[in-house]
Amino acid sequence: MIDYVSRIQARFELRANEGRKLLIPYFTAGDPQPEVAVPMMHAMVEAGADLIELGVPFSDPMAEGPVIQKAMERALEFNVSLHDVIAMVAEFRQKDKETPVILMGYLNPVEIMGYAEFAKQASQAGVDGLLTVDIPPEEAEEYVKEMKAEGIDRIFLIAPTTTEDRIKAISDASGGFLYYVSLKGVTGAGHLDVKAVQDRVSTIRTLTDLPVGVGFGIKDAESAASIGNVADAVVVGSAIVKRIEENLDSVDNAIKSVCELLSEMRKALDA
Amino acid sequence: MAQAKAESKYQQPDDRGHFGVYGGLFVAETLMEPLTELRRAYEKYMLDKEFLAELDWELQNYVGRPSPLYFAERWSKELGGAKIYLKREDLNHTGAHKVNNTVGQALLAKRMGKTRIIAETGAGQHGVATATVCARLGLECVVYMGQVDIERQAANVFRMKLLGATVVPVTAGSATLKDALNEAMRDWVTNIDNTFYIIGTVAGPHPYPAMVRDFQTIIGREAREQIQQHEGRLPDALVACVGGGSNAIGLFHPFIDDKDVAIYGVEAAGDGIETGNHAAPLCAGQPGVLHGNRTYLVEDENGQIIETHSISAGLDYPGVGPEHAWLKDCGRAQYVAIDDKEALQAFHDLTKIEGIIPALESSHALGYASKLAPTMDKDKIIIVNLSGRGDKDIHTVANIEGITL
Repeated sequence: MIDYVSRIQARFELRANEGRKLLIPYFTAGDPQPEVAVPMMHAMVEAGADLIELGVPFSDPMAEGPVIQKAMERALEFNVSLHDVIAMVAEFRQKDKETPVILMGYLNPVEIMGYAEFAKQASQAGVDGLLTVDIPPEEAEEYVKEMKAEGIDRIFLIAPTTTEDRIKAISDASGGFLYYVSLKGVTGAGHLDVKAVQDRVSTIRTLTDLPVGVGFGIKDAESAASIGNVADAVVVGSAIVKRIEENLDSVDNAIKSVCELLSEMRKALDA
Repeated sequence: MAQAKAESKYQQPDDRGHFGVYGGLFVAETLMEPLTELRRAYEKYMLDKEFLAELDWELQNYVGRPSPLYFAERWSKELGGAKIYLKREDLNHTGAHKVNNTVGQALLAKRMGKTRIIAETGAGQHGVATATVCARLGLECVVYMGQVDIERQAANVFRMKLLGATVVPVTAGSATLKDALNEAMRDWVTNIDNTFYIIGTVAGPHPYPAMVRDFQTIIGREAREQIQQHEGRLPDALVACVGGGSNAIGLFHPFIDDKDVAIYGVEAAGDGIETGNHAAPLCAGQPGVLHGNRTYLVEDENGQIIETHSISAGLDYPGVGPEHAWLKDCGRAQYVAIDDKEALQAFHDLTKIEGIIPALESSHALGYASKLAPTMDKDKIIIVNLSGRGDKDIHTVANIEGITL
């Protein structure tokens, strides 16, 4: 384990050496239909994505704003399951062995599959990390153990309300990177305060050796660039899903629109 | 309250909110700190004499406690078995047990300096109880309610509005109680600085299952004293309906150490367990994680939560309080299910024979009692928790029976 460098770690190190920031897009697997997922992932990489956060649909997405809620409802019309999402990653890996992929969702589907079984299948498929919104490290002893055993990085959220003691505990349980939630609220909320994020990220850096990504509330090239100035990675979710929602009549247009946004963000981040 | 717990052999949950493998704290990171703050306040005030005196005063003078323990003599005779006593939570202010908890949590919110209250509601009873207490204490109140429930509980929606609450319709997912709970959580995560979330049942992240239970055990503590006054002994069985399970745990908890008292929790079988259209996670579900705790859920093989069905909006929930999950697994309580038809029959029977119109939720407990009583001797005693009154349900019942009001 000690010598093992995960795909996530490798990508962060590569970008750090280049003095660049990671661009991490999110979309919900199966939205607007299951066949779109793999082509969307390849197109995102093409448009400048460094790491893909693939959403696992869940019936009760408590941390999501309306945009991602609706995306999950669209995916669930096709009964897209955790098994299906793992299979999508396996298909993506046939052509792309470099770009890290993390799954983001809620605990229950992983709980029902079983932590060990999930870790095994996910690892075989080429999944690099898992972020389940509703498991704090206090409840995650078994979860962390099983994911570590299969080399799956555990991504946990840090919130504006998280105490310094807990930031340390979260860092200890994590692998890959820490994900700072830039605001009190659900995904897609609008009130991003860059100065406040900067202060918090500086504090977090004194408590961890892991890189820090920031998400929630980043919607365009400008906000991506300003967050890129303070964090190692910028996570974009609702703004991407909104573009899918605006193009439900055409998969090609949806992919095109998403990639336009990512290209603009990539440019702004690298400027 | 805290004293009663210290004397008991039964010490659940542990200090992190676990009832065996159930319960716990499964929430998004932003809520961890507010939940810690809430837990500290709850632990402090449940030992604070002044707070407990204020709570007792409100329960006596505002809620109207103690509620009677009423011997349903004609109904017992008709059934031809055990004597059935009804714990009359329907006689509380606002017509159900829910207010015991909302008074407690609202007083706690005030002590914590929170000015805005949010709540979720299914049948509307918890929403009404929350709006009522907020009016009484001058607190802003926002209630989340599924669009489907808004349509079937129009009277309660109007009641909440009269009381000054804002009722927010929830159209996401199945547009019922579970979705209202999701939306309330989203509100809370956004407004944690000034907002207190009053959860209406013994589910959710720690400390809610323990805290709501502690506010509801007034039911069982009173019933325990009252039955000894009436009969000079403890009952042979307790029966209560279980949606989230707050009225049930309120009745059961003070009897858990009394091993000779049988405990029955009654879930909603809806159209029948075998049809899949039910709301009976303990009878027909499996463990999982939802709404902040690990418990039994109605879910599919991929871990997606399934839409539940019950004639009673208040039982129409895919989860159940984690303490019930624990009581099931350790065998201290038995969980059974009563379907829509059986509940409706009990609704009519109690109304005609005792002159008491029960809530459809409580009618599930009555339905099971009407099966259980005839199997027991005439000197045996059953206490049924009559958790709410049925006035709110007359439109539902009329509808089913093709009657236009």
